[in-house]
Amino acid sequence: MFRVTRRYRFAASHRLHADALSEEDNRSLYGKCNNPFGHGHNYVVDVSARGPADPDTGSAIDARRLDELVAREVLQPFEHRNLNCDVAAFRNLTPTSENLAVEICRRLKRSWPTVFAGEWPKLEKVRIAETARNIFELDAHEIP
Amino acid sequence: MFGLAANPNGHGHNYLLEVSLQGEPDPVTGMVFDLKEIKAVLQREVIEPFDHRFLNHEVPPFDDVIPTTENIARDIWRRIEPQFAARGGRLHAVRLYETPDLYVDYFGEQPCSA
Repeated sequence: MFRVTRRYRFAASHRLHADALSEEDNRSLYGKCNNPFGHGHNYVVDVSARGPADPDTGSAIDARRLDELVAREVLQPFEHRNLNCDVAAFRNLTPTSENLAVEICRRLKRSWPTVFAGEWPKLEKVRIAETARNIFELDAHEIP
Repeated sequence: MFGLAANPNGHGHNYLLEVSLQGEPDPVTGMVFDLKEIKAVLQREVIEPFDHRFLNHEVPPFDDVIPTTENIARDIWRRIEPQFAARGGRLHAVRLYETPDLYVDYFGEQPCSA
């Protein structure tokens, strides 16, 4: 079994604000991430898939098909967008990188069978680096 | 299937290899495994046969096996795992970067949760 990881990048803005909390509590909890007009990140997204190497091709995944899937489901809809305003999932959900990882994982899992029809490869992990110091990993098996 | 990677006269990469060993620190030395030995094994078993070589032509089994990053990672595992095992070390993972944006992890022949 191999785990193949491909790295992607997109830039987007967000504002961390929980509707359930008061203005003051939001400011206290999220700090400058709660600034009213939002702020941007150069996100780095690592997508990992697991599978055996095909005996004929020696490859565990066709990286170009993965690229097309990630471009369609993640990069095109998120690139240079305001995540709070432009991505439906974040209308009522704070676009923390935790929630962003869940959303990316859901999108990839939903379309995965249309691109990779067989048992393998399987989506294994999504890792988001919001900054060089803040990194969020999600095991794809935890997402239905 | 392979696109640019199938160009007839080949192409190169600056491969980056990460090797992980697993174990408890030795009570005397405080080390899981002697890093100098790891370095020597990698130098002898991987760097010397692979560095600046045309893998398909010069490094068996890649005269016969397509040198995808997956297959190279597995071959490196097969070369180094017995070297560590003979010295009481347990190889955990081989991570091979083909580019900074594409890498493969290999954990041995058995399926293994990382």
